[in-house]
Amino acid sequence: MGTGRFRIIDAALAPHITRAATRMESAAAGAFSVFEGRVRNEHRGRAVLRLDYQAYVPMAESEGDKVLAEAIERFGLLDAVCLHRVGRLEIGEPAVWIGVLAGHRDASFGGCRYVIDEIKQRVPIWKREYYMDGESDWIQGAG
Amino acid sequence: MRIEVLYFASLRDASGVEQESVEMPEGDASQLFDQLNARHGFALPRERLRVAVNSEFADWHRPLTDGDEVAFIPPVSGG
Repeated sequence: MGTGRFRIIDAALAPHITRAATRMESAAAGAFSVFEGRVRNEHRGRAVLRLDYQAYVPMAESEGDKVLAEAIERFGLLDAVCLHRVGRLEIGEPAVWIGVLAGHRDASFGGCRYVIDEIKQRVPIWKREYYMDGESDWIQGAG
Repeated sequence: MRIEVLYFASLRDASGVEQESVEMPEGDASQLFDQLNARHGFALPRERLRVAVNSEFADWHRPLTDGDEVAFIPPVSGG
């Protein structure tokens, strides 16, 4: 059973981000780092129109929970959460949001970086890019 | 034995389904993959994939048991 810190969401992320950020508070926290990954309008020089994200939801959430637990342990974080979109996304939309709470900035930056890097290596989520020229591709491996 | 197989990304496109029940003799995930690859013609060879059994990464050569849920995991691209 996971910790529920990593959540796959099949709807606009913005309201979930607001709620998650509000909940992240601690009197011991001197640092709060956020990484937000957004849909970019190009990939390796090709104009991107939109994206689709697909996930193996139960495993993405359990594997994502493991990544967050590792980050908390390694960097001595007070808390770490992640929200990741699935479904159709337009240019500029948030695709992933990571919030990390720590006593000091080094742990908070380091933990945030660790979480996004590990997600890109091993959390079962896949991105399909739709290009301006009408083609589309599943992206294989971390970009 | 009966195995529940889940497909994602280009493997889902090739199989045309999100999941299917597969009947197979005693064996492991590599044998299951070969059996399904012969039918669906996946775009990725086994060397590019990882396998998950019951939502955990697993060894290709661990024997499967009746009722296992197997997912072939293409290189991930979340984040």
